Amino acid sequence: MSSSSWIKVCNVDDLVDNSGVCALVEDKQVALFKLAGADDVYAIGNWDPLGKANVLSRGIIGSINDAVVVASPLYKQHFCLKTGMCFEDDDVTVPVYATRVEDLHVFVQVAS
Amino acid sequence: MSNPAIKVVVVGNGMVGHHFVEQLIEQDIGAQITVLSAEPRLAYDRVHLSEYFSGKTADDLALTTPEHYQELGVAFKTDAKVTHIDKVAKTVTTEQGEVFAYDKLVLATGSYPFVPPIPGHDREHSLVYRTIEDLEDISASAAVSKVGVVVGGGLLGLEAANALKQAGVETHVVEFAPQLMAVQVDQGGGRLLRSKIEELGVRVHTSKATDVIEDGEKHRYKLCFKGGEELETDMILFSAGIRPQDALAREFDLELGERGGIVINNQCLTSEQDIYAIGECALWNNFIYGLVAPGYNMARVAASHIAGGDLAFTGADMSTKLKLMGVDVGSIGDAHARTPGALSYVFENQPEGVYKKIIVDADKKKLIGAVLIGDNSEYDTLLQYALNGIDLPKSPESLILPAGAGAAPALGADALPDTAVICSCLNVSKGDIIASIDAGNCDLPSVKSCTKASSGCGGCAALLKSVVDCELEKRGVEVKKDICEHFAYSRQELYHLVKVGEIRSFAELVSKHGKGLGCDICKPAAGNILASVWNDFILSSDNVGLQDTNDTYLANMQKDGTYSVIPRMAAGEVTPDKLIVLGQVAKKYKLYTKLTGGQRIDLFGARLEQLPLIWDELLDAGFETGHAYAKSLRTVKSCVGSTWCRYGVQDSVGQAIDIENRYKGLRSPHKIKMAVSGCTRECAEAQSKDVGIIATENGWNLYLCGNGGMKPRHADLFATDLDTDTMIKYIDRFLMFYVRTADRLQRTSVWMDNLEGGLDYLKEVIIEDSLGLAAELEAQMQHVVDTYECEWKVAMSNEASRKRFRQFVNSKETDSNVIFVQEREQIRPATEQEKQELGVELV
Repeated sequence: MSSSSWIKVCNVDDLVDNSGVCALVEDKQVALFKLAGADDVYAIGNWDPLGKANVLSRGIIGSINDAVVVASPLYKQHFCLKTGMCFEDDDVTVPVYATRVEDLHVFVQVAS
Repeated sequence: MSNPAIKVVVVGNGMVGHHFVEQLIEQDIGAQITVLSAEPRLAYDRVHLSEYFSGKTADDLALTTPEHYQELGVAFKTDAKVTHIDKVAKTVTTEQGEVFAYDKLVLATGSYPFVPPIPGHDREHSLVYRTIEDLEDISASAAVSKVGVVVGGGLLGLEAANALKQAGVETHVVEFAPQLMAVQVDQGGGRLLRSKIEELGVRVHTSKATDVIEDGEKHRYKLCFKGGEELETDMILFSAGIRPQDALAREFDLELGERGGIVINNQCLTSEQDIYAIGECALWNNFIYGLVAPGYNMARVAASHIAGGDLAFTGADMSTKLKLMGVDVGSIGDAHARTPGALSYVFENQPEGVYKKIIVDADKKKLIGAVLIGDNSEYDTLLQYALNGIDLPKSPESLILPAGAGAAPALGADALPDTAVICSCLNVSKGDIIASIDAGNCDLPSVKSCTKASSGCGGCAALLKSVVDCELEKRGVEVKKDICEHFAYSRQELYHLVKVGEIRSFAELVSKHGKGLGCDICKPAAGNILASVWNDFILSSDNVGLQDTNDTYLANMQKDGTYSVIPRMAAGEVTPDKLIVLGQVAKKYKLYTKLTGGQRIDLFGARLEQLPLIWDELLDAGFETGHAYAKSLRTVKSCVGSTWCRYGVQDSVGQAIDIENRYKGLRSPHKIKMAVSGCTRECAEAQSKDVGIIATENGWNLYLCGNGGMKPRHADLFATDLDTDTMIKYIDRFLMFYVRTADRLQRTSVWMDNLEGGLDYLKEVIIEDSLGLAAELEAQMQHVVDTYECEWKVAMSNEASRKRFRQFVNSKETDSNVIFVQEREQIRPATEQEKQELGVELV
């Protein structure tokens, strides 16, 4: 069994509303997104498994029906921010990480 | 074993001869085709020959190229006049003595201009109007002439007069008959046509027979008319009709008509088995067809017959619609009301120069002819009534009365029978169009490319569109223009909502007019529209989330997630000092350098966190952003122009710099490229740009809506000999009109192809200000020009935007997956295999 731990990553101020930033968490590149007016922070892997580069934090956030998604800036496939699922290819997913905000600090949970 | 390929020799490579080649290839019988042309070049568009004088080149007019024929496997020889036919051995021989064997021979030798045997007709500066070589002669002669006369006031004569006028000489037309275009137009129409043409500065002399041409006193020659009048001129263009080019048939005993022309039957076969004749050299039912559509039809029939098909030529409609010197002229069927019992209705508006006449049968049930001068808008409808025998409305005059005076609505596409021919050049019927839609073509462009309709003279474009729209509507296909699931609006509608509603943010736009969070389609489109209208900083906190990564980081993302940087280098001009700075920056940050197609320098391989450091240095050296990442003006390419070049006639570099500086930063539906050439040699390739400018002795010729790239489109000549101020005005209006009305990611070329009314409409809007928008468009452009700021400069002076340029919010590490290797003394991204070999962990 693998244990997991919460890592303090950055301040809420470091996030950009309706856009993404990238954090290095235990050697993993994690893309963090926040919607304007909402408290939730989404975290998924920064690696685009189709474009094969660390770029997902630089994609555009949007919605497909009710799902909140990011579009890869390379070839525009959409990844669900809650499940990591790729809308264009059922066989592809990206890792999803749990997050919480405490005292204006952003924490990300990663397997260690 | 398969049969040996059938050998088909085609004599003549005019429009019809070329069409035959295409048709035969389409038959796909593996024919071995050989084309022998007496002319020095392959087929070109003779119908639009006069455009040679408004800036089109021989290449523009070409219908094919040697490479294209090679690809198709068609053997060809130019300058190869056929002088001998051996009907027994089945061979032809050229002037040079080369012999070619045939199984089937096709004569498409066309016609030659008839020059009346007036004494003195065969001197220098006495010319005809048929080939590109003729036009070159006319051009050369006009350069040393002040006055020119066209002998012949028919359709071709007026085309020739237009050519003379454009060549800049005082132009006269001399016609034997009492009116112009006596074949196609009745007396009343001829009278109005004459007055309109005279208004354009062409002098018309009717009922004049020329007795002799003598030396002139003030000018080179003198035409002496029967009855004593004289007309002095420096050059003479004969355009007194055509004669079939049938010399070969005459010499080798094919049956000819009494007054010439190679006699053909309904299969286009001559009196000799295995020899066909098509086009203007052929005589069918004692008639020579001098139009391209019947010639194309014969080409189709001959190709079908060779392939064992059963098409037949059964005559052709001679109706014509054209624009002569900008004057609409239309003629349908029995224009002279010669049918017994024919009745006519006439509407004339002299002040506005419009004449319309329809001729109906004795029962007033069917339309049998029409003449239109000054306004062809009813032509399509009238032609369909005539060709399809559609019953006329109770008051036939309603078809030509102006709107509001009891005019009937235009004949809906729905009312046409399936047999109605929509495109007569390519012989496409309404039934063919319906079949193409039923086969799954659900929009106009795909129907066009499937049926080839409207790819000939283009005269049927509007009718084709209404047929397609009507059929799609019937099938319940809603022509949906929603930009995405978040907005039930087209880009044009969103633009309007933003402008009229004074909306300044995406949040406001989506809450008022859309739903959901938006997406990677509507967000960049909205960001782009907001920038076009308000020109606010694109990286402000409201706007930053709307931008594609390229706009967000003001650079172009490459496949490995690094960026390339292109500073502006207006018109491709750069000082040595600035060039050195670029070299130093590239060296310091180890960037790959390459020249772009737009005459500037691209620096590749910059990591996100390096971009601000690079730009600090570039800004210090006086560079500004090049917008290579944006949907906006990219570059204005230029040649070196009159400053250095021996041939330049204007300062193209100076003009290109001014224009690039004016329009830099304008956000538009797609990228915009421009170019300025300093003379007609066109070294800047302006005719492949959205906006192309070519210097002339008198100013600038403006070309619009060209494109290179994936789907090349030759730019349209929009206006000639403009002064700089007028040209800037036109470009201001054009760009803003495009920004307002184009679809998302629609280049000007596609926008133009979809613009209803096309080039003429655009000219009306931009030059004549038909929509009353010009002042507003100019003011809006001026706002964008006045509020321009270098985005890199603004971004670097703002801490919040500077902070965005880092790989990690919580670390100074770099992206361990960005790995370069060396190639030709520069870096390039490592391949996956190379990364594995280097032990880089993927992810």
